Amino acid sequence: MLRAAATILRKDLLLELRTKEAVPAMTLFTITVYVLFHFGLDRNALDGDLASGVLWVTLLLAAVIGVTRLFAAEREQGGIDALLLAPVDRTALFLAKASALFLFLVAVELVAVPAYDLLLLGPGLGGTLPELLVILLLANLGIAAVGALVAALAAETRTRELIVPLLLLPLLLPLLISCAQATEPLMRTDQGPEDLGRWLGLLTLYDVVFVLVSVAVFDFLLED
Amino acid sequence: MAAIELDGLERRYGERVALAGVSARLEAGKTLAVLGGNGAGKTTLLRVLAGLLRPHGGAVRVLDADLPAERWKLPGKVGYLGHDPLLYRDLTGRENLRYHARLHGVRLERVDVVLDQVGMERRADDPVRELSRGMVQRIAVARAVLHEPPLLLLDEPRANLDPAAAELLEPLIGRASGRTRVLVSHDVAGALAEADVVLRLKRGRPVEADGELYA
Repeated sequence: MLRAAATILRKDLLLELRTKEAVPAMTLFTITVYVLFHFGLDRNALDGDLASGVLWVTLLLAAVIGVTRLFAAEREQGGIDALLLAPVDRTALFLAKASALFLFLVAVELVAVPAYDLLLLGPGLGGTLPELLVILLLANLGIAAVGALVAALAAETRTRELIVPLLLLPLLLPLLISCAQATEPLMRTDQGPEDLGRWLGLLTLYDVVFVLVSVAVFDFLLED
Repeated sequence: MAAIELDGLERRYGERVALAGVSARLEAGKTLAVLGGNGAGKTTLLRVLAGLLRPHGGAVRVLDADLPAERWKLPGKVGYLGHDPLLYRDLTGRENLRYHARLHGVRLERVDVVLDQVGMERRADDPVRELSRGMVQRIAVARAVLHEPPLLLLDEPRANLDPAAAELLEPLIGRASGRTRVLVSHDVAGALAEADVVLRLKRGRPVEADGELYA
């Protein structure tokens, strides 16, 4: 199963490198929103809960773009049929799609987080970067699991551009709360982690639950 | 031994009946020709036989798998060549075939063999979107036979092929392949010449040999 997942993932990354459809769009969207906040709030710098909220809401909205494109090649070029005809466990498809989305998010954040720091952040990330990286990785894991599930659910529908945000964003609400709460103390002028362990624990629990739920129900989503 | 047995197959899309009362039996190594006009249910039948669509009624047995309950037995045993080539346009022909070879657990050396057999070795490293329809069809044929399936489901397999290409592919998808084949074609005379069993469909229902198919 892992070999099949690696094969599908390698194909997805190769297609993204060739077409440049998802990651550049997600990155450009994120930077644009940060610029809009920079001018819209008429403030040179944000801190605390506002800074944390702007960071996470923008990243989650960017994730919607990635999720909408996640099954695009399969949908438009018959990839689902090819996978169903091959002796491949469908869980491999979930693992590959979730891994691809995870890597897309990491690529976006490599550009978006420094841009956010530069455009909007008052205190600067400075010494809190290791904590923020842990939060980002746990968040990406949760978004990837839920995103792959929602993308598969929406893949064969005509209104997927509507269905993806309508399903994805409510499902990501607990993740958003945990991420924003965990990040808020890191973005105050009197920086210092408060209750970081509690929020990281909640994020980890969210990830575990949604990875298990996604693996359990993914097979049924591809049924005729 | 029967490779395919259909008894009263039914398939619907919502309220619309796509197939009803379809029965047929095909021995291993033989060819079933499916004839009918547009909307007769030919493609739906192929997709049911491939395990891609669930039958809604009747009995369907393909390669010892009772569908839909034993659909899990089919993957890897069917070579499916439909209207869609099932190729990624932004990958090259070779990349597409290597991808399918890995999914089917086929050695990568086989990719070069089938590319040579379909006469596409020279253009194998061009993106599929830059190939002509005929060339795409040849790569699609290579994909369908890559894993040497015992059953071929062929929907207009010679579409877009020039006579030389059609002749070149004969050993892979023609009678000479020795495989069990289900052949959908609008070329009635050609299909009848190849067929051991003929199934005539009109609006999803079987038609007698002297019945009108295209009215």
